[in-house]
Amino acid sequence: MKHLIEEQLVLYYYGEAEEESSIEEHLTSCDPCRADFQELKRVLAAVDTLPVPERSADYGSEVWNRLRPQLRARSLFRWPTFLRPQRLAWAGAMAAVVMAAFLLGRFWPRQEAPMAEQKVPAQMMPAQIRERVLLASVADHLERSQMILLDLSNLAGDREVDISADQAWAQELLAENRIYRQSAVKSGEVGMASVLEDLERILLEIANSPSRISSAELGEIRQRIEAQGIIFKIRVIGASMRQKQAEAARELARRSS
Amino acid sequence: MEDTDVVVVARARDGDSDAFRLLVDRHSRSIFRLACRMTGSEQDAEDLVQETFLRAYRNLDLFQERANFGTWLYRIAVNCSLDWLRKRRPYEELNENIQPDYEGSEPVKNSTGTNPDRMILQLEVREQVTAALGELSPVEKAAFVLRHFEGMSIEEISGTLGLRSNAAKHSIFRAVRKMRRALAPIASLAE
Repeated sequence: MKHLIEEQLVLYYYGEAEEESSIEEHLTSCDPCRADFQELKRVLAAVDTLPVPERSADYGSEVWNRLRPQLRARSLFRWPTFLRPQRLAWAGAMAAVVMAAFLLGRFWPRQEAPMAEQKVPAQMMPAQIRERVLLASVADHLERSQMILLDLSNLAGDREVDISADQAWAQELLAENRIYRQSAVKSGEVGMASVLEDLERILLEIANSPSRISSAELGEIRQRIEAQGIIFKIRVIGASMRQKQAEAARELARRSS
Repeated sequence: MEDTDVVVVARARDGDSDAFRLLVDRHSRSIFRLACRMTGSEQDAEDLVQETFLRAYRNLDLFQERANFGTWLYRIAVNCSLDWLRKRRPYEELNENIQPDYEGSEPVKNSTGTNPDRMILQLEVREQVTAALGELSPVEKAAFVLRHFEGMSIEEISGTLGLRSNAAKHSIFRAVRKMRRALAPIASLAE
């Protein structure tokens, strides 16, 4: 009889197993699996003993009183419905990957931009919106990349470490990173291209590592991340992107008013 | 009848500070509980509650009407917590002072009367649980807290953390494996 693996038991415990009835059936007839599941339940029940202090019904007022002095009056300027940032974010998500190469060219002014390339997206979105969408996409990509690198840098483990979650994530980011890097190269943005190249190497290494690595191997990845100062570089570029994004938003608001 | 969050958010967007106050009133306790789970510190949780509402206020225009405001706020709170966790020193150093600062605020509930051995054991279990949570990476911790304590589905967690569903699932698996490794011996004693 094939025993249940831990992942199946965890999903079953949380009521998210697809094959719930077959797991249930198996647990009634298989002593080792039942014992394994009992242990899992004991551990997770122990986790529940951790107390969390309750707050009174007045807590909302307390928070509000501390918060109020820090809130500036909201601007009376309202985005036209079709230009609201959330709509732009949605448009960005849809357009980012397909159009990233071209849009990057738009954001990073080239010395010689071919006319044919400029015409296609210009018919689809006004330039300012396009720029905001692009800035949001690149900044978001850098932020997510930073998250994965920080997560790996913070992983603890004295023997073997499972990095499968980070790998799935790295795989996803790799495709986007390639597009952004190639566009940066095309646009002559040497600094950005170099950071994205460093990032791509690390993402590639993470994606291609075994899903379980020794603490020594994890140490090597960490060292590489630290030696290249990649997290710091991403932060600097990400901050500059966000700043440009805010400037683009202000410019757009100014033109709309 | 009470206005829905979406209606209240629309008023807050128009500069109605009483409307934002209502949102704080409705959601601050649940955000505090989440922040406590993430930080293990009452004081830090208070700071995170503050930071969460500040960020929400500044980004109200990014909230989409068709979304759930509570979920959106949770996402902000989780991001604030992740930032907080990443700014902390490495876990090894953290473990020197691993006791949650609100540990003494809730008495150990003793189902078997006043057996002191039992109470000591339960305190020990709490300490071990806190230490085990401290061993999780920020993303593992966020995924585990959202699944185990907040009862979110894997789909919701992947949305909140901006991960693919498979990555969210694996973060939970990894967290549970670490918790089992750390707690299995003591959990059986505590039964």
